[in-house]
Amino acid sequence: MREVYRPIGGKLLTRHFYFMGVLVLIGAFFMARRFIFGIGDVANLSDGFPWGIWITYDVVTGTAIACGGYAMALLVYIFNRGQFHPMIRAALLTSVFGYTLAGLSIVIDVGRYWQLYNVFLPQYANLNSVMLEVALCVTLYTLVLWIELSPAILEAMKDNRHLRQVRHALFFFIGLGILLPTMHQSSLGSLLLIAGYKVHPLWQTNIIPLLFLLTAITMGYAMVVFESLYAAVNLDRPIETELLSKVSAIIPWLLILYLVLRISDLVWTGAIAALLKPGPEPLLFVLETALFLYAIVNLLHKERRVRPRVLFWTALATILGGSLYRFDAFLIAYDPGPGWQYFPGVGEILITLAIIAVEIMAYLFFVKKMPILLAARPARLGA
Amino acid sequence: MNIDRRAFFKIAAAGAATALCPAPAAARPPKELPPEAVGILYDATLCIGCKACEVACKAENDMPMAHDTPLERAHGVAGTWDADNDLNSRTMTKIKVYTSGTAAVKDREEDGFSFIKRSCMHCVDPNCISACPVSALTKDPFTGVVRYNPDACIGCRYCQLACPFNIPKFEYDKAFPKIVKCQLCPDRLAAGGIPACCDACPTGASLFGRLPDLLTEAHRRLTFKPGEQQQYPVRRVDGDEQRKAEVTGYYPKVYGETESGGTQYLMMAGVPFDKLGLPPVGDTSRAQLSETIQHTLYQGMVAPTLLLGGLVFAVYRRTHAEQEDASAGTEPTAEAREGRRDA
Repeated sequence: MREVYRPIGGKLLTRHFYFMGVLVLIGAFFMARRFIFGIGDVANLSDGFPWGIWITYDVVTGTAIACGGYAMALLVYIFNRGQFHPMIRAALLTSVFGYTLAGLSIVIDVGRYWQLYNVFLPQYANLNSVMLEVALCVTLYTLVLWIELSPAILEAMKDNRHLRQVRHALFFFIGLGILLPTMHQSSLGSLLLIAGYKVHPLWQTNIIPLLFLLTAITMGYAMVVFESLYAAVNLDRPIETELLSKVSAIIPWLLILYLVLRISDLVWTGAIAALLKPGPEPLLFVLETALFLYAIVNLLHKERRVRPRVLFWTALATILGGSLYRFDAFLIAYDPGPGWQYFPGVGEILITLAIIAVEIMAYLFFVKKMPILLAARPARLGA
Repeated sequence: MNIDRRAFFKIAAAGAATALCPAPAAARPPKELPPEAVGILYDATLCIGCKACEVACKAENDMPMAHDTPLERAHGVAGTWDADNDLNSRTMTKIKVYTSGTAAVKDREEDGFSFIKRSCMHCVDPNCISACPVSALTKDPFTGVVRYNPDACIGCRYCQLACPFNIPKFEYDKAFPKIVKCQLCPDRLAAGGIPACCDACPTGASLFGRLPDLLTEAHRRLTFKPGEQQQYPVRRVDGDEQRKAEVTGYYPKVYGETESGGTQYLMMAGVPFDKLGLPPVGDTSRAQLSETIQHTLYQGMVAPTLLLGGLVFAVYRRTHAEQEDASAGTEPTAEAREGRRDA
């Protein structure tokens, strides 16, 4: 456990960074329009499709992609794999911004945002509501993530007094930080149970919480691999092939478990018959499964998964497969009845792009200015 | 890695077992009809499509009418037609029409037509109420009317996703929007009156009453033979107003008697209900399933609390061991080590 985190330094205001800045400004314009003229001014949401890409991408998919911190904490603290500890801060960083900006998306998406605090008031609480569980859990977890990341910020600020205090309590927050995503990542799937026939039978199932949880954890590991390779290519970092290969080795087993559960459930309930019906849904199901099978086949081979190229494409396939699963369940294979259609509006898409741009900008700011990534060579502590 | 996998499979299998076997004993029972439940019986065979109910509804609820500019320009008059063709954020009840082929005969499936009046079904076990995180939608404990409280609502629109009948509507065109749905004219009911739509209906197609009375009336009508002359109550099932009409024949079902756990808005028609655009909902409410699964996992927060204890303990053991290992500090800077000495 000799690990040294260092800010990687370097110029922050690169051309890349400015480009992201422009995206944010464009998004900010549409956000202003949304608050002045109403949701309908920028979004193609309707009474049939009350949830669009803001919920499906920014919240449901975005927080699943942000499960890196959760997935790595499971590995390091519960399965006692200390060797992966050096990767935790980078994973936490993507989680922090994934969740924080999911929170921002919710403020943009909900119609009566000025009353959003009602979810925290006991007199309004509806304990039967899956949404209440998700709302409380996601808010609490976002706070927990910031606490988990705070040592990096406090180190950068050289605030040793608070750093010590945080360190003493950190074990509790790490434990809580494993429980909360287990609860709300499964509940994000449970949200759809009540929608009944509106969700296509290939996706509507009583085990949807378990399927959402499993894919979220898997996407978390894939995102850790993807983020590390991104840093290696774009930030000129050494490729941590050995560790990445070990993280990737977990992915196929989780995906196999997921596919076995999902397909046997479809067979058990008879919903598998929907595969033979015409329409795009069976193809989407096949595409999801194919993306996962691609990752499984390539990652099961030890000699293949040491190749960075294989690690990159399998991580991407896993993230895409998990994202498509969420998009299918919430939007593409969602059918409220005849006459309703949805395709995101221009302003709606640009707001989502702005949110992704903020995430990337914040990531770049943090890795350049704060001790997040592992120093290239672990320094001796004895000095 | 094998140990990881085995351990992980154990946890995953436990999770699978919990999720796959929602113990039937723990299943949440279906909701019962409130004692003073009231509702509406809509009989499409009596409806003449005059839309007096729509006009009365908009007047009662101060809802603006919609304009169809090309239509109004073509006829040179404005404000004559309410041009919306379905329920929306300014329309809480709507007469729609089904036509087939030549549409020659009313209330016939082939080459016929039928009206249908859509509005909130006031479910006995409403999905929207189960879904709402802030209890903005509530069911009156006596009348069973599903009401909306804008002061609680956060505008998340989960009720729209949850409702099998696509009833709650949202003001997407407003900066400070609300959910809009029929609340069965609460002011009129409080004053002992009946909803505006039933009050305005000249034929008794929209009939207000206590739910048991409405169900009795509906089943009485199912025994009628086509061609018979029968007495039909008008406005309210327990009132004095009656009207004689010729029976045109009923599709043998009262829609809403069992749908989604039962509804307080009941429908009768001469053609099958799927033709009238009513969705394929089962006889149990999805709220029941959703709550059963959710409460199985979270009952009394026992499982999450135990899990939290286990997780915190595991993390504590792990990080504690790390701290005792002198070389384990993750903070290598001189400042931090100084800070530790100070302590």
